[in-house]
Amino acid sequence: MAFLLLIFSIAPPTQVQAIDKPNDAGSAIIIEWGFSKDDEAIEKYVIFRSTLPDTMRVKIGSIIRGNNSFEDDNTDDKKQYIYIVAAVKDDATFYSMPSDIVQSSPQFFNTGRTNILVCILVFIILLVFFVQRARMGKKLFVRKIPGLDAVEEAVGRATEMGKPILYVPGLGDIDWTATIASMNILGEVAKKIARYDTPIIVANRWSVVYTVSKEVVREAFIEEGRPDRFKEDYVRYLTEAQFGFAAAVNGIMLREQPATNFFIGRFWAESLIMAETGAQTGAIQIAGSDSVLQLPFFVAACDYTLIGEELYAASAYLSHEPLLMGSLKAQDYGKLIVFVILILFTLLSFFNIDLLHLLEVQ
Amino acid sequence: MKRRIPLIICFAIGILMIIQFMIPHPISREFGSTVNKWYIVLAAFALVLAIGNLIRHHGTKIRRKKTNWPYSIVTLTSMVAMSIIGFAGGVDPKSLYQTIYLNVLAPLGSTMFALLAYYMASAAYRSFRARSLEATLLLAAAFIVMIGFMPFGQYISPRLPAFAEWIMKVPNMASQRGIMFGVAFGSIATALKIILGIERSWLGGKK
Repeated sequence: MAFLLLIFSIAPPTQVQAIDKPNDAGSAIIIEWGFSKDDEAIEKYVIFRSTLPDTMRVKIGSIIRGNNSFEDDNTDDKKQYIYIVAAVKDDATFYSMPSDIVQSSPQFFNTGRTNILVCILVFIILLVFFVQRARMGKKLFVRKIPGLDAVEEAVGRATEMGKPILYVPGLGDIDWTATIASMNILGEVAKKIARYDTPIIVANRWSVVYTVSKEVVREAFIEEGRPDRFKEDYVRYLTEAQFGFAAAVNGIMLREQPATNFFIGRFWAESLIMAETGAQTGAIQIAGSDSVLQLPFFVAACDYTLIGEELYAASAYLSHEPLLMGSLKAQDYGKLIVFVILILFTLLSFFNIDLLHLLEVQ
Repeated sequence: MKRRIPLIICFAIGILMIIQFMIPHPISREFGSTVNKWYIVLAAFALVLAIGNLIRHHGTKIRRKKTNWPYSIVTLTSMVAMSIIGFAGGVDPKSLYQTIYLNVLAPLGSTMFALLAYYMASAAYRSFRARSLEATLLLAAAFIVMIGFMPFGQYISPRLPAFAEWIMKVPNMASQRGIMFGVAFGSIATALKIILGIERSWLGGKK
């Protein structure tokens, strides 16, 4: 028997290293090892752990051959551990030498997100610089956005026809940036509506978005000096059900026949159902979304579409507020910097200088 | 003061959440989790206001016998009935609430979703009329992609499926990524503008 074991002996894993998992909230240790020389002959690696001062080994998991790392995510930050990795074939187990003593701990800064911190800081610097320039009266050029130029015309048309304007701030909750951008646009649209004294219907899917949009519309009416013209019924809560909401919006379009429809925010599969119904009612339609998958539907069914970043530029464009215009410039220069970095890093990678990994986010 | 307090709260929470994103320590995670719980509490309060709005809107329609007022009776009756069934019988998988949800609401939602196919056909008809150079390009690209992805495509030319895939993977993907870059920067800019108090449209204006 001993002779057979000697013949079929398997080389154990080598150089077992256990390190505290970086950039985490603690309670995790990463174990790495060198492959057994007989990696292809074994079934799996089994990982054992000893908690000091007790040296009794406990099996904590296993991993199929061909892998040489394992994460133990069930450690106590106050305790010290030693790990052993074993190569297993049939019933035979071949143990490695133990790792050094290791202890898990939480970190105070995620170094894997340093690139994001740098980006935010650079962007804040650009933002402050261009806002200051705008504050000093420097003229900033912003290209024409037809979809936003049409807002005035769309509100005017509804006023002339004596019909309401429908505004759908997307189906995303308030934690979607597109919804927040939509609230900013709603504020500007509501000001024009207050000026023309045209009815508006703001259809909401989420309760928090409903309360925010109600305040935005109310504040716009106050800002225009017409708080008495604001009606509670202007802002409506419909339902949280995705297609129930689409059905309700379609019902509003068919029954109340708005002259202008705004679909601005985050949309999913219901986008075309609403936009196409609006097109069939003959309303002017202005849509805007950051959802790449829904944009083609809006382009097909709406008169004007705000594509991607135009959605975020709309508030500045409509308000002509110099400080907001300054922020658009910061956005453009931010893109230019990223564009240059991407091209530079890609070119360097052709010369085996890999800097692209610096752009990865953990 | 009415505007200053929301601005201060927005700035403080915005900066704290950026810091929280950078710190993996359990204290930081606990803070993030607490903020999210607060959001749920706020949403619950907002739901009361939202349901109040729904009842007021449909109640007024019924009281004043406005156009299509019977639909409002259906809406309010359904809402009240589902609430009573849910509170009285619970929402377990075998409860009456779940039975109604799965056998009435879910099929209604699926029906709405299924209508998308017809809307797609009518939108495609309008978009693909070759009225301009852009519409003609759109029509040509869509035609190649659709034919290329059909089994029939390879009988026309063995290279057609590969060409259709190239359209999707190269020009289409490049333009999508361009849009996504713009969206990412727009999102960051919007978030920072609101946190720093530069964007105040959500408060009604600049003052």
